[in-house]
Amino acid sequence: MTILYSFLFCGFVCLIGQMILDNSKLTPGHVTSILVVVGAFLGMIGFYDKIIDIVGMGASIPITSFGNTLFASSYKGFQSMGFLGIFKNMLCDVSLGICSAIIFSFIFSIPNKPKD
Amino acid sequence: MEKKEYQKLVKKTTPKPDKMNNSIKVFLCGGLMGAFGEIIRLLLINYFNLKSTDAVSIVLFILIVSACFLTAFCDFDKYVIKLKAGLIVPITGFAHSIQSSALDYKKDGMITGLGSNFFKLAGSVILYGIVSAFIFCVIKVVFYG
Repeated sequence: MTILYSFLFCGFVCLIGQMILDNSKLTPGHVTSILVVVGAFLGMIGFYDKIIDIVGMGASIPITSFGNTLFASSYKGFQSMGFLGIFKNMLCDVSLGICSAIIFSFIFSIPNKPKD
Repeated sequence: MEKKEYQKLVKKTTPKPDKMNNSIKVFLCGGLMGAFGEIIRLLLINYFNLKSTDAVSIVLFILIVSACFLTAFCDFDKYVIKLKAGLIVPITGFAHSIQSSALDYKKDGMITGLGSNFFKLAGSVILYGIVSAFIFCVIKVVFYG
């Protein structure tokens, strides 16, 4: 059942992005930034955790989960260490996404010939 | 011909983008990616006895590495232009933007080209994500404790 839910949710988020792209002059950069901020906002309300419980993986794949994870880990840091904990813990959980993207894109760009 | 008439004519003759068709394609593409991720997560949990959080990390890792690989060695750009948000909104779009800017600016050299333009497209996601997470965190702390 969670497979169907994640199909619907992930498709729905992509559909929102496509609607913004089609009906305005915003670029994909704008759309992803907006969705990240929306994800952080939903995380603050506590709505995104409920979605993850119901939907499963489908809620972690769209870029909105990036904002949610940033917010959740910084809030966890505040609870454990106080104000400095926000800065210390902010990137803990998203580090997987950022670092793997950086390292593998660097490795894969070495054998490629530069484009003109 | 007056300006207004000309603009009307231009509006008539420019082909409208097929929004309905596009959005169905995007919905299917994003949905299939979500369903695929969920299937792999369930397989990992049930057959390899992993924790849910570890399984999520593994699925994200697979998606990111495959997006980087396809962008570098196959024609992933072609599909991104066709399916737009269906591939940009999932985490594959993040990996794709980093990989494609690395490939585009490699001709300017390793430091001044590749190094300084690495986050040209993905930088906005990281910047606004961190700033908004900080602001929302402060708001939550101040109002809810």
